[in-house]
Formats: sequence, C-alpha cells, structure tokens
Amino acid sequence: MTPTIDLAMAGPTGSIIMLSLGGFAILLALTLFGEVLRHRQPKDAPNPVLETYMTRVESWWGMVALIALALLTGRFGVSLLFLFASFAAMREFLTLTAKNRADHISLALAFFVVLPLQYLFVWLGLHGIFTVFIPVYAFLLLPIVSALRGNATRFMTRVAETQWGLMITVFCVSHVPALMSLDLPGYGDRTVLLIAYLVIVVQLGDLLDFFFGRRIGRTRIAHSLSPKTWEGMACGVVSAAIIGGLLSGITPFGVPGAMLMAATASLVGMFGNLVFAAIKKDRGVKDWSHLIPGQGGFVDQLDSVIFAAPIFYHLTRYLWAA
Amino acid sequence: MKHLLRTLAADITGNVIRLLVRFLTAVRADWKGIEPVQKQRVYFANHTSNGDMPMIWSVLPPALRRETRPVAAADYWLKNKLRAFAGGEVFKAVLIDRRREVNDDPMAKILAAMEDGASLIIFPEGNRNMTEDPLLPFKAGLYNMGKARPDVDLVPTWVANLNEIMPKGEIIPLPLICTVTFGAPIHVHEDESMDDFLQRAADALADLRPREVKP
Repeated sequence: MTPTIDLAMAGPTGSIIMLSLGGFAILLALTLFGEVLRHRQPKDAPNPVLETYMTRVESWWGMVALIALALLTGRFGVSLLFLFASFAAMREFLTLTAKNRADHISLALAFFVVLPLQYLFVWLGLHGIFTVFIPVYAFLLLPIVSALRGNATRFMTRVAETQWGLMITVFCVSHVPALMSLDLPGYGDRTVLLIAYLVIVVQLGDLLDFFFGRRIGRTRIAHSLSPKTWEGMACGVVSAAIIGGLLSGITPFGVPGAMLMAATASLVGMFGNLVFAAIKKDRGVKDWSHLIPGQGGFVDQLDSVIFAAPIFYHLTRYLWAA
Repeated sequence: MKHLLRTLAADITGNVIRLLVRFLTAVRADWKGIEPVQKQRVYFANHTSNGDMPMIWSVLPPALRRETRPVAAADYWLKNKLRAFAGGEVFKAVLIDRRREVNDDPMAKILAAMEDGASLIIFPEGNRNMTEDPLLPFKAGLYNMGKARPDVDLVPTWVANLNEIMPKGEIIPLPLICTVTFGAPIHVHEDESMDDFLQRAADALADLRPREVKP
C-alpha cells in the first residue's frame, strides 16, 4: 500500500491532518539529523552551513503548524493568514524602496486599501477582479495620487518600485489562497490541498537544492548574486518532481501531471529566489528584515513561493479547471 | 483609589502604545555600543517626527523603560487633557517650557530628574529636523548634563526611517520598519570645550546612520 492511495481516499480534512503529521515527521527527522551533526561538531568551531540548515528547519516547524491550522479552518483562515504574510512582506519591501513625502498617501492606500481589498476579492473567489485589481487599477490609480502632490523628483523610480512591491508581496502572494477558489471537476472541496501541495514541493525542492548545491554544486548560476548552482538546482527540481509525483493523490493532476507541475513550480521558485537575491544585493542588505529569528524576513521565507504561486495558479486553471 | 486607577490606566495605555508601535512598524532595537542593562543613561537621539520618542520608549526592555523619562516640550504635551495624561503619566516626561518669555529653568528640572536616578531620552537638536541634513546643530543641554553628571553614560541613539513612517503634517502612519540603534556611550572630557563636545556627540550619533541606499 502506498501513501498515494491512502491520501486519495481521505477527505480534505483527513488529508490535511495526514500531510501535517507527515510534515512533522519529516521535520522531526531533519531536526534529529541536524542535532546529531551538531553534536559531532567541535564546540569551538560551529559550522555555518549546519547552523543555517538548523534555523531553516526550526522556522519550518512554525510554518507547518501555522499553515496546517489555516488549511483546517478553510478559505477564510487561509486568506487571513496570507493577508498578514502579505502585510509583513510589503512592510519589508517598501522599507527598502524609493519614496518621498509625495508618496505618503499612495503608500498608505497600498497598505490599508489595496492589500485588504485584494484579499477580500480572493476570499470571495472573484477571479475576474483579483487578477486585474493590482496590475490594472492600483497600477494606474496610485501614480495619480502621487502625481497630485506635484513632486517630480525620481517619479518613475518611486511609482515603479511601489508597484513592484505591490505585485510581488500582495498580488503574487494572494495567488496562494486563490487556489482555493478554483473549480476543478471531480476535485470538489479539496482545492485546499493544492496549497499544501504547492508549498510542500516548492519548499522541499528549495531545501534539497540547498543540500545538493553544498554537496555537489560546482557551476554557479549567477556568480555575484547567489551561491545557487546549476547542479543543486537540477537535483532540487528533480526531487520536487518526485515528491510531487508521490503526492499526486491529493491533486487532480495524475502522476505525470503532478510531477510536471511540481517541477515547474519548483523551477520558477528557484529563479525567483535569484531575482530576490539581485534586489537585496542592489539595496545592500543581507535579509529583508529581522522578523523571523535567524531567518531574515517574510520575503526571505516566502520568496520562491511568491514566484511559483501565480504560475501554478494559472497553469492549474488553464489545464484542469472547468 | 483614584490615583491607583490613573496609574493602572497609564500602564495599560503604555502597553497599548507599545504593542501598536511594534505591530505597525515592527520597531527593532539594535544594541550596537551598549547592552540593554539597568544603568543610568541619557539617550540622545535624532528628531524627525513626533513618533521618535514613543519609538525609543517602546524598544527599551520593561525594566529600563520604567526608569527612563523623555525630556519633552511642555507646550506640546500640555495642549489638551489627553496629551497631558500621555505625557505626564504614561511616558512620565520631564516637561520643559520652550517659550522664551517664560522664566523656566529647564536644566534644573532635568538635573533633578537625574538626581532621582532616572535615565532620560533627549533630542539635542531641540526641534524636529525638516532639512536634508542628517542633524541640526545641537543645543547646549547635552553638554551641561554631561558636565554636571560625568558618571552618567550619554548614549547616541539613531532612529531610522521615522520621517518616512510619519512625516510632519501627515495623519496616517505608514507601516514601514523602524530601527533604533544604540551606540557606544560618550562622556564630556575634562577640559573639552562645549563646541568640541557637541560636535563629537553629533558625529557619534550620525555615525549610527544606516548606509543610505540611493539608486
């Protein structure tokens, strides 16, 4: 008996609980593995790779617990969780972008109007609105608000960077809860599992990219930006595809479809990570903020999911939706 | 009884302000030059917004916060009952009258508060800095405090980002991330002139400024 069949038979709640328990089991194994390595490490020479690995695993405990809880509460809980994640991410992002006093009102609108409205539309499942609200309405209206203050200093930079922040931290992130509003024939109320699936394949792909990159990585992808290597990335994507295939029972994709979707999401996510590395390098920061202990900020934590989510959403919709 | 209730209300208000500030700006303390330990100190900070003082106050650990009093302008904090409550009872500010016609001895009040063992938060520029320069010239107060109480640490304290979070004249604060950086303490040297000292203090404070990123 394979786990695939087990999961296929359970309802969404059963599957969420099983996945969370599976997640906790993996984390327990990863934690024990790290602790054993740490034990072998001489006291006076801590291994930075090991410490990075351990802080990553530690923050995942919290993430798995939070996401599992949100998934169990359904669309409202998930939308709310990602609303707060977007808020924290946008706060980090806009702290580093160009702005001046003339942008005060448009930035306040971005935080206190655009962000909640986007999540309201997502929660209500209004696909026709939430997919254009930020790229069309916010894109056109916020620069008007800034222009009304009559300050032209670096105007293009200011409005472009604000829009980029909104697109990345609100628009893209909101495609994770939006997965729940997809109408997939024969899949019923189990769309919540797509979120679990996406987060699992992208994050595990990242972890294995990191792991293999350190072991066998030789060729840097973008030398001055990030330690990512082609070898590590290939291993990460292949691992994500295998994990995706194993989890195909919780998706409507079938085994080959699930493997392809997982590989695509993971690949896009990893390149997204590279884009964020470039932005951080440009702004001269190592992390987006300090809010997740030992981990940097919310954008650091979300980064590959941010890039993967909209692509995953639209591919699912084009290929499998009614 | 009434006094007890007011103290309680002040405590609760203080915590609400602290939580609000933390939630909104995710304000963070960076203890670069000192440890957050109980020691009498004068935190001297840059001043760009009325939010500066609550920001510094909010990042101090509770034990330090209880012993720390901001030095603030009486004309601002006594304007109405709400401000008087916040200034007097929540922040326990040492109120200074800035008006020239009032014959108020600010230094006496400040030294009395220091005599009681309080740590202080002061803004040596005197006014909010609306210019492009990082700091306005310092007023003499900091020098006089350092001269009168050489035993007290003068701690440069840089509040970053606040002029973007809450510029003068705006009503809605932006939830951007604010960092309060505490530098290494300085003292007035034995035969140091006032101008030399104030310049040294301003340099120590400006040094804490995070690297400007101007693409």
